[in-house]
Amino acid sequence: MSTRLRVNPIACEGHGLCAELLPELIRLDDWGYPIIEEAEVPDELLDLAYRAVDTCPTLALVLDEDNLDRG
Amino acid sequence: MTESRPRVARTGSRPGHAGLPRLLAGLHSSGQVLSALDHERVHGPLPALRGGELIEMVQRSGLRGRGGADFPVGRKLRTVAAMGGSSRGGVSAVVVNGSETEPASSKDRLLFTALPHLVLDGALLAAYAVGAREVIVNVNESAEGSLRVLEGAIADRGDSRVPIRVVTGPDGYVAGEESAVIHRLNGGRPLPTFVPPRPFQRGYRGRPTLINNAETLAQIALIARFGDQWFRELGTSADPGSVLVTISGAVATPGVYELEFGTPIQDLLAAAGGLTERVQALLIGGYFGTWVEYSRAAQVRLARTDLRAMGATLGSGVVIALRASACGLTESARVVRYLAGESSGQCGPCVHGLAGISALFDALAGGTASERERLTLERWIAEVRGRGACHHPDGVARFAQSALQIFEEDVQEHRLGRCMARRVGVPVGAPSGSSAS
Ligand SMILES: Cc1cc2nc3c(=O)[nH]c(=O)nc-3n(C[C@H](O)[C@H](O)[C@H](O)COP(=O)(O)O)c2cc1C
Ligand code: SF4
Repeated sequence: MSTRLRVNPIACEGHGLCAELLPELIRLDDWGYPIIEEAEVPDELLDLAYRAVDTCPTLALVLDEDNLDRG
Repeated sequence: MTESRPRVARTGSRPGHAGLPRLLAGLHSSGQVLSALDHERVHGPLPALRGGELIEMVQRSGLRGRGGADFPVGRKLRTVAAMGGSSRGGVSAVVVNGSETEPASSKDRLLFTALPHLVLDGALLAAYAVGAREVIVNVNESAEGSLRVLEGAIADRGDSRVPIRVVTGPDGYVAGEESAVIHRLNGGRPLPTFVPPRPFQRGYRGRPTLINNAETLAQIALIARFGDQWFRELGTSADPGSVLVTISGAVATPGVYELEFGTPIQDLLAAAGGLTERVQALLIGGYFGTWVEYSRAAQVRLARTDLRAMGATLGSGVVIALRASACGLTESARVVRYLAGESSGQCGPCVHGLAGISALFDALAGGTASERERLTLERWIAEVRGRGACHHPDGVARFAQSALQIFEEDVQEHRLGRCMARRVGVPVGAPSGSSAS
């Protein structure tokens, strides 16, 4: 099983907290919106990833646990 | 780029069901609608199929969706049927995506206005196969002709086991995206939604929904009647069957043509009356498509494998021939500007990214962009991919990337204050002495 990061771009307002918490996986584009560089969250970053999900003011960060549907 | 509204035309006039036309069989040259009676005379009555039979036939036929994404239709039917079987309310509807928001496409409109019964047959058969409660045909507000003819056609054919209704959706490029169509049917604004859930999971009325392009469903109507083996008599093994292609630009008779997959691009252009002047590039796949140098395109076939080798896909079946005397860079900047303006405004990367890409494209075409700005443009194009709720940014990125590649020389010239289009007699990108033989 793998845990993957995803942004809901409709909800995202570019607060940028996710990139602060997870610079290993997320950087910001020129307008401050997150670019997920590596969607697969390694075990050692899982705690931080959950924190990032909880911290996002617009709840735009999503963690998918498995590979159900990501077109 | 589409100087004239494509005229309706067809290839050949062989009756019956060997060869072409298939979908366009029975098409009146005046564009007049084929009545229910005449439709049945041309194609025969709607076949009665046992449950599951249609899905198997479609799966064996290898049919892929004609709305742009090339998705295998049989697999979608099977998934929706299974989702419906395991959810309480079952499948709510088959939605015919007839938005046809691509400015260079007119195939779906042709089907609606001239051959509506083929689409309605296919939608009904699909509804029976997946157990849907109703058929909803979604057409564009501006396509008043389609609406009128469809309503007449539905009345003309009498009752069906599943009710059919027509609804109009707003114009606008993104309004045709499937989640936007569903959202609007559910009473929301015509904007894409964050997926999943996708329509097949939770669509119209929150229940599993089948949504297919109008041509896709018309193809189903023929496969149901004549079988998957018959379907495969045309085309290649990887790309079976025929396809509707809207051809425009520098061709003598722009219009909608039904062609067999595997047709050489040269023959495709010949079907549209041939080129009217020297052509530098073809835009394959419409505004979400790919520019291909004419010299390369002229050597391949209308087939996914051939097109993929050039980084292109057929998309919703659009081919535009760009004359050598036009400026590809300026034309591309115009298309990018249009598409950037069509963003539904919901996603930051799409709103800002496309606006930024468009501004830099304009600067490139205007000859004012620095080398650094060109590199920024390339980075933004790469970064915007996959970062919208829908595939709008991906389509724009594909188009913009191919424009940068094909018109690279133009970029250099514009920077020097020159435009290759104006250099009379110098055909840009035309084969230099090594014409295809
Ligand atoms: C921005 C955007 C616009 C679209 N517009 C249309 C459209 O006008 N008509 C259409 O059939 N599909 C359109 N699509 C594709 C649909 O989302 C969907 O893939 C299609 O209707 C599925 O049908 P098919 O599998 O039969 O091709 C669009 C997609 C995007 C990303
Ligand atoms: S990606 Fe663009 S067009 Fe698609 S939903 Fe987001 S803002 Fe709208």
